Amino acid sequence: MKTSASFESGVLTEERPGAVKPPETLWKEHKGGLVVVECPQRIPCNPCNTSCPTGAIKKFEDINDVPSIDYEKCTGCALCVSKCPGLACFVIDITLGGGLALIKMPYEMLPVPRKGDTVKCLGRTGEMVCEGHVENVAEPLGDRTKVVHVTIPVEAVNDVRAIRVV
Amino acid sequence: MRELTTDVLVVGGGPAGLSAAAEAAGAGAEVIIAESDLHLGGQLVKQSHKFFGSKDEFAGTRGFEIAKILMNEIAQNGDRVKTMLGTTINGYYGDEGVVTAMVGEEEYLRVIPQKIVVASGAQERLLPFPNNDIPGVYGAGAVQTLMNVYGVVPGKRVLMVGAGNIGLIVSYQLLQAGVEVAAILEAMPRIGGYWVHAAKVRRMGVPILLRHSIKRALGGEIVTGAEVNELDEKFDPIGAAERIECDAICLAVGLAPTNELLWQAGCAMKYVPFLCGHVPLRDKYMRTSNENVWMAGDVSGIEEASAAMIEGRIAGLSAAKALGLKVPDEKFDGYRERLRDLRAGEVGEKIRAGVEAVVVGGWEERT
Amino acid sequence: MDLINSHPVLDFLHGEKVSFSFDGKIMEGFEGEPIAVALHANGVRIYRRTPEMKRPRGFFCAIGKCSSCFMVVDGIPNVRTCVTPLKKGMKVETQYGRGRILFQPGEEARPCES
Repeated sequence: MKTSASFESGVLTEERPGAVKPPETLWKEHKGGLVVVECPQRIPCNPCNTSCPTGAIKKFEDINDVPSIDYEKCTGCALCVSKCPGLACFVIDITLGGGLALIKMPYEMLPVPRKGDTVKCLGRTGEMVCEGHVENVAEPLGDRTKVVHVTIPVEAVNDVRAIRVV
Repeated sequence: MRELTTDVLVVGGGPAGLSAAAEAAGAGAEVIIAESDLHLGGQLVKQSHKFFGSKDEFAGTRGFEIAKILMNEIAQNGDRVKTMLGTTINGYYGDEGVVTAMVGEEEYLRVIPQKIVVASGAQERLLPFPNNDIPGVYGAGAVQTLMNVYGVVPGKRVLMVGAGNIGLIVSYQLLQAGVEVAAILEAMPRIGGYWVHAAKVRRMGVPILLRHSIKRALGGEIVTGAEVNELDEKFDPIGAAERIECDAICLAVGLAPTNELLWQAGCAMKYVPFLCGHVPLRDKYMRTSNENVWMAGDVSGIEEASAAMIEGRIAGLSAAKALGLKVPDEKFDGYRERLRDLRAGEVGEKIRAGVEAVVVGGWEERT
Repeated sequence: MDLINSHPVLDFLHGEKVSFSFDGKIMEGFEGEPIAVALHANGVRIYRRTPEMKRPRGFFCAIGKCSSCFMVVDGIPNVRTCVTPLKKGMKVETQYGRGRILFQPGEEARPCES
């Protein structure tokens, strides 16, 4: 069966407006991580902005705008990770050292992992990228969308976007 | 035959109907909501995902929670709103000012409303293919009801047909319920739903097969699989069909407005492909050519629940105003502005074009 | 009954568990939930047979619109089981062909012999 991994089938294949990486220099030194949003289509939706406590996700001129980010203001709090209806926000901290990075991902499946678990980290088509170590499982808004904090090899930060708990 | 009278009859207790009832009752009208299902909330109660839109449409809140918010708002109006569940409005007799209702399977009654807001929603389209009638082929909405309202899974491994928002969202919800999704088929060269909904299921390993469609369901009596085909630019099958093992096939190939009552009420209707079927002409108050009948939600054209809720508010408010109740006119402007914002982007293009084709001016002078 | 026991975002509040019969077999379901749902949870997939082609039909639209789930309930044919609440002791039967309408008070309705 031919499974296309194209943008047209919901796979991010390159940077686009609404789905760009943070500026390299700031990302490398910003403790706590920076938000990575993968929302490349203009749709009527703005909770990432309205949930952002620091204004890092800029106010939308038009509710259909894709998010644009003032990275200087991002604290890596991950409230947007929890609020985004499209599960399109992630926070990635590449300042850990030791070849590791921390990624905070939304998670709405069962079973819920526990701190200390090893989980499978999946890429944008569900392919296994690497194993990850669960550092924390939070539920910032108390609405059953979990935010799972996982340490992964730093070279996998542009590929890992989900976990599978087995 | 039992007979009921009311200021406003709201047909359908989904997002549009509940919003209409809340506005009309809020303005002081007596309202009856007739809902054919066993509970209020319509499609909202089976939406376990968080909604898009802005804060005004409860963005970031799960659909079933939004239903609770609307029901609470209605409860504020106390006895002014009565709800009839398991009640289908099935006849309109304009000369006598009567509609007939079927309650359950056996009881009929007459309702005499002054104004009617039809918020009857939509029904699913079927796709023609051999064996599409056997058990195991489900409408996507039915799968959601079964799984998200009543906690019963449709099967162990599901083939989804259609990658619009409903197909994508229901696929994600199937995964949440522990059901495997074999694949999502989409006849078009790109997904029809929001890109982020597709990304959510892709990263869980669900394949989306673009330019693919179902050839037939397999299984003599009950679904045991499906044959699928790749399609060329003319949507003709190419190559040999492939077999997919599954015990359920879920059709998410679009909705059509549930418009029978509007036809009966003699409303001027128009076939508008962008709105997915025959829909009534309307003025900016969501009033039909029948001055006692309004519309809101999917019956006025298939769109998101966020828009349905705003349309419901406009219709409910306008019906209240037509009853002679005091209604602040600026409220209409606020609701219209929200609708305009929601529809402003590229994904609202078809809706804008569709609405453009059915909005008429001039009726608002009627009182 | 085959039910979702745990779900990441939903809680299921079922009503009272009651027994009913399907073609003479005793089953359990939740009172007030649609008959069709209770049958599905008990593994029943075929709800009726069509009049001409004898095709099997089951759960399809769940909103009382499509006629796929018509069954004979307590002797009454053409009951939309997807929107009819289950009650304790209900007698639910597969519908064969067209339902026969109850014409006279007291006359028992039954599906056509076909």
